[in-house]
Amino acid sequence: MNNIVSVNITRFIVLVLIQVLVLNNINFLGYINPYIYILFIILFPIKNNRLLFIFLGFLLGLAVDLFLDSGGVHAAACVSIAYARPVILKFAFGMSYEHQTMRFGSTEFGQRFTYFSIITLIHHLILFSLEIFNTSKIILILKKSLFSSIFTILLCLLITILFSKKNK
Amino acid sequence: MQQIINFLIRNKTFLLFLLLFSISLTLIFQSHSYHKSKFINSANFFTGGIYQSVNNIKQYFSLKKENKTLLEENNRLKSILFNSETGASKQTYLVENNSDNYKLIPAQVYKNSYSATNNYLTINKGIKDSVSQDFGVITSKGIIGIIDNTSNNYARVMSILNTNSRINVQLKKTNHFGTLIWDTESPTHVNLIDVPKLAPVTAGDTIITGGRSTIFPKGIPVGEVVSFKLDETENYYNIKIKLFNDMTNVGHVYIIENLDTEEISILNNQDE
Repeated sequence: MNNIVSVNITRFIVLVLIQVLVLNNINFLGYINPYIYILFIILFPIKNNRLLFIFLGFLLGLAVDLFLDSGGVHAAACVSIAYARPVILKFAFGMSYEHQTMRFGSTEFGQRFTYFSIITLIHHLILFSLEIFNTSKIILILKKSLFSSIFTILLCLLITILFSKKNK
Repeated sequence: MQQIINFLIRNKTFLLFLLLFSISLTLIFQSHSYHKSKFINSANFFTGGIYQSVNNIKQYFSLKKENKTLLEENNRLKSILFNSETGASKQTYLVENNSDNYKLIPAQVYKNSYSATNNYLTINKGIKDSVSQDFGVITSKGIIGIIDNTSNNYARVMSILNTNSRINVQLKKTNHFGTLIWDTESPTHVNLIDVPKLAPVTAGDTIITGGRSTIFPKGIPVGEVVSFKLDETENYYNIKIKLFNDMTNVGHVYIIENLDTEEISILNNQDE
């Protein structure tokens, strides 16, 4: 139990720092940045206290907001995906996810890909709609979400593959 | 009563979600209005401190470039100095009128962003260095933005690449004023609106700050005209401007303090 808590605390801090200090300076093609800090929400233990989980999601977003001067857009997006995660899990992995002690490393690649993509897409869509906050720029919102999502999904999958090897 | 409590317990996750989501929304709306985003900003001691320690390492990588810009600026200032001594064409660059009106404070940029729609910079001067809200920030090449939030050691600058930014500028050759805004399209270009149709605009014209606001002194270069067209009302130009300074690469900056701000604002308030 203690192990899980400490792993998640470290993950929280490391992901936020990497996000704000390294990844937000990439600006590939001018505006494409990966937002891999949502890995914290993606990889959070499935058997959890939902209230705590949603609150942690809020804290995570707020921490990123503090560094990026973005008001509360990251917090809003993170709270939403933290709230919606059980539904997405059910959709991606089927009903079985609740009954087993599932580990992300041992799931099928296709299922994991669906799960990552849906969470990332929802997060980015909310993030950019709130950040730009202008219906006349809807093309820009969609463009930004799509390209950043591709970048984020790729990086998240790579990171999980890299780090799950070590655990085995 | 019982039913209300039952309802609350049953829907506690959803209610918590709603609560946190609305807190975030409030923060977003606050950040949209200038001078109101007090709470969440990168000028506090925690985030500022982390940016500082990273910047201490990062600045070594750009030493050569920084040296070069400083050399160029020195060179230009020296040439202005020598020219003014010999009485030849008196060039004016930074401060046109009485030099006692403005105080310059050098600072360093710790964090810069240019890909969001509302961009901010964090710099390493704060209340301790007598920096406060509404001071202008420039580089040797052009303007950067306006300070909108300060803590003890750090200050946050609202970049000109911010949809809330409105800066008064003018054409260099005539005195036609306009407002500088950003349409979020590219970090190298900004837009100038509200320039009357009568103004003789041509591509390549230089845009400088107008002396109308108390923030920037008159005559700081901003950029040059790339293209222009009339807006929907057919009375004003919408001008696209290429910035002189590269907003994606900002190291050392100067903070401008206008020592007359108070006097001018008192005068303006009497009018109303």
